[in-house]
Amino acid sequence: MLGASVLALPTGDLGVVIERATGSVLLVAHSQPRIIKRLEGLGDLSHASVVFSRDQRYAYLFGRDGALTQIDLLTQQVKKRVAQATNSIGGAVSSDGKLVVAQNYAPGGIKAFDAETLALVADIPAQPGATGAPSKVVGLADLPGRRFAYALFDANALCLTDLSNLAQPKTECHLAGKQPYDGLVSNDGRFYLAGLFGEDGIAFYDDLYPERGVQKILAGYGRGEQPLPVYKMPHLRGWAVAGDFAFLPAIGRHEVLVVDTRTWQEVGRVPVKGQPVFAVARPDGREVWVNFAFPDNGWVQVIDRKTLAVTHTFSPGEAVLHLEFTPKGDQVWVSARDSNAVVVYDTSTKTEVARLPARAPSGIFFTYLAALFGR
Amino acid sequence: MVAKQSNLAIVHFAAQAIALLALPIAHAGAGDVISPAPTSERQRAIVHLVRQDCGACHGMTLQGGLGPPLTPEALAEKPTESLVATICQGRAGTPMPPFAPFLSEDEARWIVERLKQGFPSE
Repeated sequence: MLGASVLALPTGDLGVVIERATGSVLLVAHSQPRIIKRLEGLGDLSHASVVFSRDQRYAYLFGRDGALTQIDLLTQQVKKRVAQATNSIGGAVSSDGKLVVAQNYAPGGIKAFDAETLALVADIPAQPGATGAPSKVVGLADLPGRRFAYALFDANALCLTDLSNLAQPKTECHLAGKQPYDGLVSNDGRFYLAGLFGEDGIAFYDDLYPERGVQKILAGYGRGEQPLPVYKMPHLRGWAVAGDFAFLPAIGRHEVLVVDTRTWQEVGRVPVKGQPVFAVARPDGREVWVNFAFPDNGWVQVIDRKTLAVTHTFSPGEAVLHLEFTPKGDQVWVSARDSNAVVVYDTSTKTEVARLPARAPSGIFFTYLAALFGR
Repeated sequence: MVAKQSNLAIVHFAAQAIALLALPIAHAGAGDVISPAPTSERQRAIVHLVRQDCGACHGMTLQGGLGPPLTPEALAEKPTESLVATICQGRAGTPMPPFAPFLSEDEARWIVERLKQGFPSE
């Protein structure tokens, strides 16, 4: 594939930035922050997300229109594109790297594809919700051993699907709480948490003790207060587990909840500028960077892991939608949709080091995420 | 109804001014004050809000996401005033938040009318 005309770039330096409004993505490199190439014609990317193949050659892009696009980062071209649903929200790659799995809103369920060819290998519709239609799937995450955890927004359930035998996929679902909106798996692929919109609490599953089923943590964290309106759902994927602490969004509160991951009890809460959307731990676990829902989406704040206090507040641009760290966290890339820019900060000096032009950028994904559970 | 039918017949951009003039008449009952349509600058801001921020849940193309689709087909049977109320006050028991802090009732009605016709792209 590597003809003389193709510039070979080490894929470990690459990433993908979604340009949500124009159906395009930017292929970028992070050692020297720069744009390599724009790929266009990729459909509705207004809530697109990306996962990477185990060897970091392919980016799998999931579009709102249900399309799954396999981008070859070596040739910087689209390799394959399949219309696999009518409304998709993301995906995950199995721990052995063989399967890429889509989570779909419509028709609700998950679908597994051969990671090389994108041939469909398993189709698992979700349980129906109150309307009778298969539930929307949220929070898909890979677990060890070709297994996947996810939650059902309309069916109030947390599900585990085992694809180790593709001829006989096994799925079991547990009641999890009202309206799970997203989920995450801990860095070691052990704890799966689903945030609940419809009640104060977080559904919790420990994969080391599956017999314990689904429990609830942080029940009643709102202390009975009237919640504030939520203008954008938090995104748990990429949420912060930093050392012994997990940082979780309080729904309807301008707070980040801090939980001790040894006991899963709350140890603190950090007042912040707005409804948190993403809170991402710097890879060294010493800071957590947070962005916010409309109308507070011009801000980014930094929480110190030791003091659990906000230490820095930035305004990188208008409508900050996402942030992603370089592999060891020396820099963070921040997308500012309405400023048409991706802003790169040095995380030690907290200074801006680059500003890359991008059309209404949203998600930022670097290839090293291929090596992490749940990313 | 007259206003709505004439709106449907109009291709959106060039005729937007006409449509806007016609709109308040459809809602002017006894005692109503005919409110001015949003200025063109405000219209652009509102369209941006709907596409980008409502789009967080309903999809930028309004085909639906965690929230239901807001296409003309999806909204055809729903009464305008109840949709206006949903925008302004939110809907209890669902994630739909109230937009009254950011939109007037007239602006919400302007949005609903346009959603029912096929929403402008920018």
